[in-house]
Amino acid sequence: MIVVERASRTAARLLGLLLLGLTCVAAFGPAEAELRIDVYSPNPPEPMPIAVPSFSGTGSDQSRGQEVASVIAADLERSGLFRIVDPNAYIQDPQSLMSGPRFADWRIINAEALVSGSVQTQSDGRLRAEFRLWDVIAETEAAGQAYQTEPENWRRIAHIIADQIYERVTGESGFFDTRIVYVSESGPATERVKRLAIMDQDGANHRYLTNGDTLVLTPRFSPTTQEITFLAYYDNRPRVYLFNIDTGQRELLGDFPSMTFAPRFSPDGNSVIMSQAQDGNSDIYVMDLRTRSSRRLTTDPGIDTSPSYSPDGTQIVFESDRGGSQQLYVMGAGGGGAQRISFGPGRYGSPVWSPRGDLIAFTHLSGGQFAIGVMRPDGSGERILAQAYHMEGPTWAPNGRLIMYFSEGSTGQGRSARLHVVGIDGRTSWTVPTPLDGSDPAWSSLLP
Amino acid sequence: MRLKVFPLFAAVLLLVACGSSEETVTTGGGGTVVTPSTGGPRAGTIEDFQVNVGDRVFFALDSSELSGEARSTLDRQAAWLNQYPQAQLRIEGHCDERGTREYNLALGDRRANAVRNYLVAQGISASRLDTISYGKERPAVVGSNESSWAQNRRGVSVITSGAPIN
Repeated sequence: MIVVERASRTAARLLGLLLLGLTCVAAFGPAEAELRIDVYSPNPPEPMPIAVPSFSGTGSDQSRGQEVASVIAADLERSGLFRIVDPNAYIQDPQSLMSGPRFADWRIINAEALVSGSVQTQSDGRLRAEFRLWDVIAETEAAGQAYQTEPENWRRIAHIIADQIYERVTGESGFFDTRIVYVSESGPATERVKRLAIMDQDGANHRYLTNGDTLVLTPRFSPTTQEITFLAYYDNRPRVYLFNIDTGQRELLGDFPSMTFAPRFSPDGNSVIMSQAQDGNSDIYVMDLRTRSSRRLTTDPGIDTSPSYSPDGTQIVFESDRGGSQQLYVMGAGGGGAQRISFGPGRYGSPVWSPRGDLIAFTHLSGGQFAIGVMRPDGSGERILAQAYHMEGPTWAPNGRLIMYFSEGSTGQGRSARLHVVGIDGRTSWTVPTPLDGSDPAWSSLLP
Repeated sequence: MRLKVFPLFAAVLLLVACGSSEETVTTGGGGTVVTPSTGGPRAGTIEDFQVNVGDRVFFALDSSELSGEARSTLDRQAAWLNQYPQAQLRIEGHCDERGTREYNLALGDRRANAVRNYLVAQGISASRLDTISYGKERPAVVGSNESSWAQNRRGVSVITSGAPIN
């Protein structure tokens, strides 16, 4: 459990709130206007130069203070919105920083923002960490918070602090205190071993959820992030399953006579939408997780699959070849009235509605190439964000600003598959480290 | 996490056991099938089905239509299945890598059912035929070229019981 010591928007989603007498956050007046990145600007601004010195700590806490600062710095830099000022240039040391920044020392190295903080192991063994975000130009404190947690949660504290900074500067919620569930791959292409695996958004705390005996595909998080739904070939019967990450319990979802696949949770977490393939015809069904009753939403003889809800739960985007080739359609959550939204050359698949509701991410296949792109829910504004022979499977960061996907390619030794992230504004991209090959990523909501 | 035993392994072991006992009978002089002098597969075996009948048919890109060649392969499969009425089939539908994962699962299901429906139309009881789609998860050959893709877009009839391996 992580205890937050000052009320904030983040605190609302954390357990056990404690107030603590940190000095007051400076008035959110002119300073707020200055320490601000407009993520919607059509002309992306230069990344904001920010200094993130080691958090101060004594004894064994000293190295933890360095680690916390480096996790925060790596998060902020990857977002593409910040540039970390070279730590070798820092003049003021972390210890003296605790009694307040000497702003001139930070202005001279061109830092516009500064993060200071400390970590301390308390007598009960818990770790206490606090941070402050400083506007170096206005010489004001822009944000601050303290947390207490079990020592092993230190990376989460760092991610939560990075989210706080991101939120304060952009006005958007962050995406750092999140996890990725994906399919870890190994072995030759003809006998690929696939295992579910889970890790933090930055690749840390990696662990496997299945042992590789059975083919598993397309894991997706519930909104609570405690459960996933996925496709598995247990007993040679490809079916959709639920899996509880905390307990390791696996449950067959429904009693369908034939293959079920392409599952996704509804935004409220109360149902799972998926396809059933019966006698060569795939249609979309929704199953209520409380009553376990299912309802068929499409009836045409074509392939209807890869359904994804709009964040308000009223609409579903899916792919269908009812018009002759694989294209994207939007229909009401009750089924019926499907309208085609993709009209470019080639085929469109694996649509995923952004958590913000403004965009739909998809895989595009054209001219022997795969691409990841976005379009508005009415099909306008189509943009391609990444392209290669083979890439697919987009998943949204919870703030709708980034998309993760996977790409496959041949190497000298055989096949390789990697998870990548691209910002929808094209300002940033990176590869997520995985121990083995990785595919079918799913990005969680911010952790509760 | 506990996982169930993979029943495929059990089925294979069973077949191996059957095969070896049949083999014993044959070498004891009780065999009813004459093995060709060339040393080819013994009739009525899984090997016979794979080698002399043909266990797979191929599809065009993004299609589940049976070609003339595919139909003649399936005609031979139907004749063989009529001759060996104990044999049970699992028909696997496969795709090449040039499609998205979930679409290919649906396409593989379509292909497996195209094979199944043809065999049923040739008089094979539907109760002997099971289908499974692997999408693009189990390519027959590795490679990103026309020849590999063509071999991977396939329907494979796998005998799961009712016939010895060889």
